[in-house]
Amino acid sequence: MRDDDTQPISRMAVRNRWYDLFSRGARDWLRHNQKVRDAVRDHLPDMVTGSDILSRPGDRTLQVPVRFMEHYRFRLRDPHEDDGVGQGSGKPGDIYRTGGQPRRGKGSGEGGSGEGEFQFVLEFKVDDIVDWIWQELELPDLQPKTADALQDDELTPEGWDRRGPRSRLDRRRTVKEAVKRRAVQTDPVPFTDDDLRYRQLSRRRRPAMNTVVAFILDVSASMDANRRKLSKAFFFWATQGLRRQYGNIETVFVAHTNEAWEFSEEDFFQISATGGTVASSGFRKVRDIFDERYPSAQYNQYIFYASDGDNFADDREAAESLATELGGRVNFMGLVETPQNRFEAARSETGRLFKSLEARNYPVSSYTVHADEDIWEAIRAFFRRQASTAQSA
Amino acid sequence: MEHIHGPEMSNEQLADYAPRIEALAKDRGLSFYPVDFELVPATFMMEVAVYGLPVRMPHWSFGVRYIYQYVQHRMGHSKIFEVVFPGNPNRAYLVDDNALPENTLVTAHVLGHADFSRNNQLFARMQHEVGYHIVEQAAARANRIQAAIEDRGQRRVEAVLDAALALESNVDVNQGLNRVDYPVTRERPVRPQAQGFQRHYNQLPGEQPLEPPPAQERVPIPPAPEYDLLWFIARYAPELEDWERDIFLAVREESFYFYPVFACQIMNEGWASYWHARLLREAEFLPHRVYLDAIKTHSDVVRPYAGDDAVSLRVNPYHLGFSMWERIMRDCTLDEALAIRRDEDDFSFIRNFLDEDLAAELELFNYTRRPGAGGEERYIIRDREIDSLRENILSPKFNYGGPRIYVRSMGLDGRLDLAHDHHNDGRGLDVNRSRKVLNYIHRIWRRPVRLETVDHAGDPKMLTPEIGEK
Repeated sequence: MRDDDTQPISRMAVRNRWYDLFSRGARDWLRHNQKVRDAVRDHLPDMVTGSDILSRPGDRTLQVPVRFMEHYRFRLRDPHEDDGVGQGSGKPGDIYRTGGQPRRGKGSGEGGSGEGEFQFVLEFKVDDIVDWIWQELELPDLQPKTADALQDDELTPEGWDRRGPRSRLDRRRTVKEAVKRRAVQTDPVPFTDDDLRYRQLSRRRRPAMNTVVAFILDVSASMDANRRKLSKAFFFWATQGLRRQYGNIETVFVAHTNEAWEFSEEDFFQISATGGTVASSGFRKVRDIFDERYPSAQYNQYIFYASDGDNFADDREAAESLATELGGRVNFMGLVETPQNRFEAARSETGRLFKSLEARNYPVSSYTVHADEDIWEAIRAFFRRQASTAQSA
Repeated sequence: MEHIHGPEMSNEQLADYAPRIEALAKDRGLSFYPVDFELVPATFMMEVAVYGLPVRMPHWSFGVRYIYQYVQHRMGHSKIFEVVFPGNPNRAYLVDDNALPENTLVTAHVLGHADFSRNNQLFARMQHEVGYHIVEQAAARANRIQAAIEDRGQRRVEAVLDAALALESNVDVNQGLNRVDYPVTRERPVRPQAQGFQRHYNQLPGEQPLEPPPAQERVPIPPAPEYDLLWFIARYAPELEDWERDIFLAVREESFYFYPVFACQIMNEGWASYWHARLLREAEFLPHRVYLDAIKTHSDVVRPYAGDDAVSLRVNPYHLGFSMWERIMRDCTLDEALAIRRDEDDFSFIRNFLDEDLAAELELFNYTRRPGAGGEERYIIRDREIDSLRENILSPKFNYGGPRIYVRSMGLDGRLDLAHDHHNDGRGLDVNRSRKVLNYIHRIWRRPVRLETVDHAGDPKMLTPEIGEK
């Protein structure tokens, strides 16, 4: 025994449930995730063009695999080789390989980065991402076009009348009238013609919010998988931008070579075909579909056409007249050009056609996309244009 | 638990065992400040293990460690038995889900730590400097930092913590916790009298006698290489605000507090393991069943990582320390053993007491890691030579486990010139990580910062923060 006899003795507290309330670890973990989100957000262009970004159609979230953030410390360069101490019955010269054996551990209390690679998945709402892009581009919030834009007739129930077709008889109201009348009459009959009430409809104008987007994809042999991927990425984000503006969007998918066909979204990007490029076939198909199902009187119409820009010389006149016709009636028509050679952009057949329409003040524009990093620029350009037309409207 | 083993096997029983184990420990020669034991939920324990302290400053990097620990825990790979914070009183946390035999063992183990931390010189010095109430101090600081977050915003506080915590091990424990600033001036060293031609020249006819230089000269900052980066930044950063300095000094104080635990891990865990085994063996009041279950836990804890015929590339510090202390207690008197526990740290302990016999018995070997032809790592058992065994065990512990980085000079414009002692570290720094750390420092130092190290070829390489990093 030493000098401890005067010391108070130890305490043993066996129950202390309030510790359950601590959750600092979870709090700091959430903060970490917030930082990851911010970091991802700072790298929007990479994210927008990343190959895995396009999840299944209709999926309103994107799953982005991310790594833990590392809190950096000074560290020595990884040596080519180094020494350590192990334990066991091995003999000098024995060789062990990674996989079967654990790596040499670090001292306790060391920061937990390098130990094993965990990955986790953060889910981002597509709407959030579009919002971020909007902020990043400092674009104004868009209002649906109202003033001179398309107008729909709409019949809404409004008020009542004593005369009308039988089908609009309002029974509840009629009985109410009868009850009121009977209450003040001394010898009432159950119903009179004066009790009848008919619902009235009124005709109103309302801004058209219906929107149709037609995607035309050139699937001739020269459009390889990479060009389609680029087109798809652009289509996806352009649609998201339109969704921000219009609540309800319908989509039409048309592929063409020298003929054109309509496809479902699932099949659309799988198609491959052989044949030459006749752009007018695609335009004609879209025009017919619009005429049949999405009349311009009721729909905002958008067309995106993805092509490497080649077109048969024979088709020049037909393509020009159809493109001009469509350009004159749609809200917007865009060309996503994936040229064979970066420097051929806008010198191609179709590129020139769109440029000339744009020069004549049609709502037409073209975007050249050669590699992943160009998509960001193209989307910026498209969104900027959307924002400015919406403001001037 | 209760309905399986009956009430006598519940943790309530600890309240009865603890004072008796304590009395036994004192009788066997241990001396310690009292211990406040608390049984806490496993989730809380996990946080204590992650943060190093029960209540500590918030930082996202703890969140990352927490998730690692959480995943490990859920996969059943990690079981935490106890955490003890030296002080007066000591504070010990036990897990309420662990069974009575485990917690009985842990109680004895904690008393071993309590004896060690009171009597070991390094622990005693740090305790004296830091104070004996680290848990409360850390909690108070955490509150101050929380208040700073509310006052200054999360981003600003985080920037300070990013830098301070990254430099956690860049302290100089030899200089002590409480340091005074460098002197502003110092005596100018006396020049030797001019000799020979110079003397004659000075005395040429018409030559004025030289003015004697002023006796004081300005001391450069720092006067000598400064390894305590946390202190230097706290004292000399040109535009540091008081609340930021407060955070730097808080991190530094906690770092000093953690140092003995780091530098005595093998010795301290070995000592506690030796005493928990011995105290339980000699505690005749324990029911047989409790003892047997406890000893099973003991053998799990001090088990070598290598199984019967397996080979492990790591050494379990509990196993190594325990084996060394068993040997010492066999060969020495109790007073000699207590003196070793008082005077040594892991460096001297391993060098003085891990001898060839014991190393052979423990089957320790040196290996070399070398990439194979296909890029896979190959570990080649080299030899069992005792001196390299000792140094290889110790090398991860030198300099608090980090590279030796010091302040070389501070320019009059506030430029911070750091350098890396690559000669003693044997190679240069990891360039990418080091630049990220320079980013952290730059945000706090707010003047140019650079760091000199060497590249692969051993040629000097100057690192600067990444430009444009927000």
